[in-house]
Amino acid sequence: MDFDLTEEQRLLRDSIDRLIDDAYGDFEKRRTYAQEPHGFSMALWRRYAELGLLGLPFAEADGGYGGGAVETMLVMEAIGRGLALEPYLATVVLGGGLVRLGGNAAQRQRILPRIADGSLRLAFAHNERQARYDLFDVATTARAEGGGFVLNGAKTVVLHGDSADLLVVGARLSGNRRDRTGIGLFLVDAGAAGVTRRAYPTQDGQRAAEITLAQVRVPADAMLGAPDAGLALIGQVTDAAIAALCAEAVGAMSALHAMTVDYLKTRKQFGVPIGSFQALQHRAADMLVALEQARSMAMYAAMMADAPDAAERHTAMAAARVQIDESARMIGQGAIQLHGGIGMTQEYRAGHYFKRLTMIGLLFGDTAHHLKTVAAAGGLSADEAAET
Amino acid sequence: MDLRFTPEEIAFRDEVRSFLRREIPADIRARLSEGRHLSKQDMVTCHRILHQRGWAVPHWPREWGGQDWSPVFHYILGEEIQRAAVPPPLAFNVSMVGPVIAQFGSEAQKRRFLPATANLDIWWCQGFSEPGSGSDLASLRTRAERDGDHYIVNGQKTWTTLAQYADWIFCLVRTNREAKKQEGISFLLFEMTSPGITVRPIVTIDGGREVNEVFFDNVRVPVENLVGQENRGWDYAKFLLGNERTGIARIGLTKERLARARQFARETPAGDGTVWDDPDFRRRLALIEVQLKALEITQMRVVAGARNREAGRPDPNSSILKIKGSELQQAATELLMEIAGPCALPAVDPDEPTNEPPIGPEWAMLTAPTYFNYRKVSIYGGSNEIQRNIIAKAFLGL
Repeated sequence: MDFDLTEEQRLLRDSIDRLIDDAYGDFEKRRTYAQEPHGFSMALWRRYAELGLLGLPFAEADGGYGGGAVETMLVMEAIGRGLALEPYLATVVLGGGLVRLGGNAAQRQRILPRIADGSLRLAFAHNERQARYDLFDVATTARAEGGGFVLNGAKTVVLHGDSADLLVVGARLSGNRRDRTGIGLFLVDAGAAGVTRRAYPTQDGQRAAEITLAQVRVPADAMLGAPDAGLALIGQVTDAAIAALCAEAVGAMSALHAMTVDYLKTRKQFGVPIGSFQALQHRAADMLVALEQARSMAMYAAMMADAPDAAERHTAMAAARVQIDESARMIGQGAIQLHGGIGMTQEYRAGHYFKRLTMIGLLFGDTAHHLKTVAAAGGLSADEAAET
Repeated sequence: MDLRFTPEEIAFRDEVRSFLRREIPADIRARLSEGRHLSKQDMVTCHRILHQRGWAVPHWPREWGGQDWSPVFHYILGEEIQRAAVPPPLAFNVSMVGPVIAQFGSEAQKRRFLPATANLDIWWCQGFSEPGSGSDLASLRTRAERDGDHYIVNGQKTWTTLAQYADWIFCLVRTNREAKKQEGISFLLFEMTSPGITVRPIVTIDGGREVNEVFFDNVRVPVENLVGQENRGWDYAKFLLGNERTGIARIGLTKERLARARQFARETPAGDGTVWDDPDFRRRLALIEVQLKALEITQMRVVAGARNREAGRPDPNSSILKIKGSELQQAATELLMEIAGPCALPAVDPDEPTNEPPIGPEWAMLTAPTYFNYRKVSIYGGSNEIQRNIIAKAFLGL
């Protein structure tokens, strides 16, 4: 048992922290980035690449650095702290993760080095409106035709799908909408004929798109992984994304909690700092309890993100999200309340943390969904039994 | 970073696990697991079995029976004792007065008390709380006045756990009424058979008789039984309470209770099936388990951080462990009572001999008293509100 980072991990964390502090320490800069065409800073994206962050989880043979879930956790925690807008989750964790785990050597070598050098951005176009949080609920079809495939369907809230160069599309090769088999993954150029994108900002200041696929033709080598391995791969990469989001949420929660405590020390009413009032002290203390519980579960998620047993891994991620979501709600709502009026303003940073945390709570399942997953698995004691 | 135990730690855990199941009498473990009260002899028996193995006072200095262990080993032993429903070594001896004597006592006191304390030849009780001094412990009024080479002690202690079994008491007394309240307190040791001591049980809402009032009427205590310096007792008490908080999350105990909850939920009929088949029940259990997993990792972070901390200085995170750990202990007892349902109502002592048929499963009739009893865990050891004050002041700087 060991909670220490390796020397390499410490150096990595320090360099990410410096980058994010420098880029996002002044909240005004974030507004400037958000006004760029893609809703984030292209100059910063290049700096992510220069630091090696964009190739972090990829194998060295694929132009990466062979990092694991702990390295991703360090990056995402810094992203959460800075409320960074860059599409790290969409491109590196989701899109890059699907290619890394599902791609053949040719696909990996064609795509991953270009993600790593910052010249190619991906988005995972999978979710459909009727599916809610069910990964297997896919109505989009992939019909084999002329040695390739023809895709038809509609994808919703594709994170950073508005500006991605390459889409990874989940589509049904066979069966009915809610079958767990017959789902494939396809690499689709965002500019391909038949792809239309409706871009919009999300509530947390990030970007997304509705993507329609109408008679989109892709060649045979656009298929990622085996024809029927789609759902397993989607599950694995979604779990990695959940672990990454847990870390991002912890970064956001810890920054939000710290700024709230600072506010309690400086804001005066009735002639004294409001932090001298016990009602507010206890709320801030409970928020710290929630933060530490969340931090523990983000570590747990990072540890379990590469677990080979899919069911065990999936239950662990759901458990992590239950705690993260409970803590995020408690800290987010508490921070706004303790700030009072200033917390309600668009100008002030606290509200933006709250909004990001709230949106994280709706990605890849909400609290009720994840709690149901843990309950359906019979709880968390399964791993205890295995230990005994 | 690796949350898994090392092979060495796993080997130790397995050794502890099999030792406890093999050496501790099964009937004692069963009684504790069911929430029954243990006899003094049960507790002494288990304590001595552990002590013979070197596991009653592993955190003490080596010369007094301690082990040269990593914090993880200490953690593993504590968790396994709880999970096996083994009564832990008596906390008053091993976690409270023992470390204080080892740290602040004279050589003569160490020789006289530490071996007997470690082996539970002396059963200690804690004379801290008073009727007017709960969370504001430093306001205590029991006074000790010098009379030659004795102190004369007068006053009253309360909530004195298992005083009815105790041979000795370690007691906070006021030796200077002029000084600031924290600076006039001393730490005295004396025998419970001393003339002038009266012990009166307090029956708690579960019907239990764990706690007592203890009255002192001109009790004569030899001056040599003062620990450390006169009027420095508050420092020793803070040292003691810091030790008390680190083990207080009792995660292993809650795990053991939740394992029983699963078993009973599967055995208890409800609707067309059992309580276990109810998705709402499963979700409630899952929510407790998620929080417990988080707390377990938080506790391991504290344990792992102990290496880098100054000896004797508790981690401020121990307040987090106290708050959340007590809440989850209470949640588990509440869940068990709800599984029992109507069978939790009869106030019939299952240990009382009777020819009548049982009203429900024995475990079910103990769930309500256990639930009532466990309201104490968010009150003792520094109430959860006091813990929030500590977090706000010591940790958040408010």
